[in-house]
Amino acid sequence: MSASAVHSLWTTAAEPIGKIDAPHIEYGQLAPVLIIVGAAVLGILLEAFVPRRARYHAQLFLTVVALVASFAAVVGLATSGYATTEAGIVAMGAIAVDGPTLFLQGTILLIGLVSVFTFAERRLDPEAHGNRVDSFAAQGAAVPGSEGEQAAVKAGFTTTEVFPLVLFAIAGMLVFPAANDLLTLFIALEVFSLPLYLLCALARRKRLMSQEAAVKYFLLGAFSSAFLLFGVALLYGYAGTVNYAGIAEVVDGTIQDIDPVLAQTMGNDVLLLIGAAMILMGLLFKVGAVPFHMWTPDVYQGAPTPVTGFMAAATKVAAFGALLRLLYVVLPGLRWDWRPVMWGVAIITMLLGAIVAITQTDIKRLLAYSSIAHAGFILAGVIATSPDGISSVLFYLGAYSFVTIGAFAVVTLVRDAGGEATHLSKWAGLGRRSPMVAAVFAVFLLAFAGIPLTSGFAGKFAVFKAAAEGGAGALVIIGVISSAIAAFFYIRVIVLMFFSEPKPEGPTVAVASPLTMTAIAVGVAVTVVLGVAPQYFLDLAGQASVFAR
Amino acid sequence: MNPVNYLYLAALLFSIGATGVLIRRNAIVLFMCVELMLNACNLALVAFSRMHGNLDGQIIAFFTMVVAAAEVVVGLAIIVSLFRSRHSASVDDASLMKL
Repeated sequence: MSASAVHSLWTTAAEPIGKIDAPHIEYGQLAPVLIIVGAAVLGILLEAFVPRRARYHAQLFLTVVALVASFAAVVGLATSGYATTEAGIVAMGAIAVDGPTLFLQGTILLIGLVSVFTFAERRLDPEAHGNRVDSFAAQGAAVPGSEGEQAAVKAGFTTTEVFPLVLFAIAGMLVFPAANDLLTLFIALEVFSLPLYLLCALARRKRLMSQEAAVKYFLLGAFSSAFLLFGVALLYGYAGTVNYAGIAEVVDGTIQDIDPVLAQTMGNDVLLLIGAAMILMGLLFKVGAVPFHMWTPDVYQGAPTPVTGFMAAATKVAAFGALLRLLYVVLPGLRWDWRPVMWGVAIITMLLGAIVAITQTDIKRLLAYSSIAHAGFILAGVIATSPDGISSVLFYLGAYSFVTIGAFAVVTLVRDAGGEATHLSKWAGLGRRSPMVAAVFAVFLLAFAGIPLTSGFAGKFAVFKAAAEGGAGALVIIGVISSAIAAFFYIRVIVLMFFSEPKPEGPTVAVASPLTMTAIAVGVAVTVVLGVAPQYFLDLAGQASVFAR
Repeated sequence: MNPVNYLYLAALLFSIGATGVLIRRNAIVLFMCVELMLNACNLALVAFSRMHGNLDGQIIAFFTMVVAAAEVVVGLAIIVSLFRSRHSASVDDASLMKL
């Protein structure tokens, strides 16, 4: 392109300001995101202006109201047909409001609501100097074990900033599966990642581990998002646009007017293949698929357990949503190239997650490896490249996320003097000491294992059926084998809880407030309902399985 | 000058950054290498923008700068808190959690 042509671009900006059309923003369709962002900003203001004593209640109230209002907005949009007939692209092509978007946004908001209950739990830790405390550090900036920290604990400080942080993370997650251009994808990724890095560092107990987890998560997360951004740059170079539909046209070769530069870059498959691979890398990192899974166990173990539950559930939902949209809307023309790669990723993810989990001795690490294995199962549905594949992935995500939050909520209950007792040996005989908690945890483990009459079975069945019909029979066989391997260690934990003698100095099960109890009850209810009568929700996911272009 | 040369430079800078992340052990240096990778992305975006003659790439470069700034805020906060509790910013020392 000649220099004068570039200058002509600049002169458009030099024209009178009145000539620039204001962008057309559909505030109604964006309401779920806007409500959450607004509440998050308001939460920051509350931190600044509300007296410390009242902050916890104010923040909790604001967060819950915002999540409920946003969920109501999602339901409102879905019932007025934005999931099906009215689905379309809004905000000048930046956001797609369609079935998968609304389904995943609704799921993320419900997960967020349940997680916020576990965040707000203040009865598990013993009272410090007469103040009720939650799972978060008294003061994140205070050095662990220092006088400053003791003073903060004595003064009864709590980190109520976690509520605005989690709202910002949720806002990013709502945009992530809806992103309809590569810029929005990248920004949404950062908006939900940055608050999560901070949340990881804020554990009240075992602070060194928590800080270590945050550093690892942050450095690897920033590394992977740099890869994603370079992929964005290469795809932009290939197609001359960052819009999903625009790139898809160039990839498919159906684009009408091709200028000489575009013809040149279009012919360069290196840009397309490396660019797509790097973007996939960034997304698979967030999903926790195997070559990019190294952070998962450490971060899940070190982060405060409520945060772990939230991360494990909501990040997966958002990242799989973005992955689905990228593969099904932008790169369907490239599927003969990405399918073999995703096959490989899915196979090693399932097998490695299931096999390494067997060797784990820490319950949080065990659940982390189990989440890696589950990422592999969901990838099998992604590979199906069919509407059934989309709907089964949506269903699986919904079913899996509530079980995850419930399971991590149970982990917060089992405690000894040092805080949560996460070592597996301490869980021995839990079933004799507190049968209810152990039974509930057993239900979650059975759902993870995919035993019939739990949501895990319905989800796995849907995913594997879609994969088999999509021509991935071998993948399904490997999936079933790794489910069997995974079932082994889930059952082992159940056996440990119910059929071994409790140790005299074993942990106690703390009596939680109704907040955590609600989270666990919701987990159990979803597990059982989606396991016994999944059809309504499968239909719902089926109706929501068409992407707008 | 042919803008393609800037793409080679961008790829080179990106590779230097990625190699740095993999071989250096100080969290701050690691983080600077990540910033180098982000800036390499910016260079590629601007070069592509020039080639295609539209402004998308330059707009993204602005967003990337803001994101990088936000990452510095969050990242340095986390790294400094780690440094203050361990008196070391080495990522090899931070190994409480291993299999």
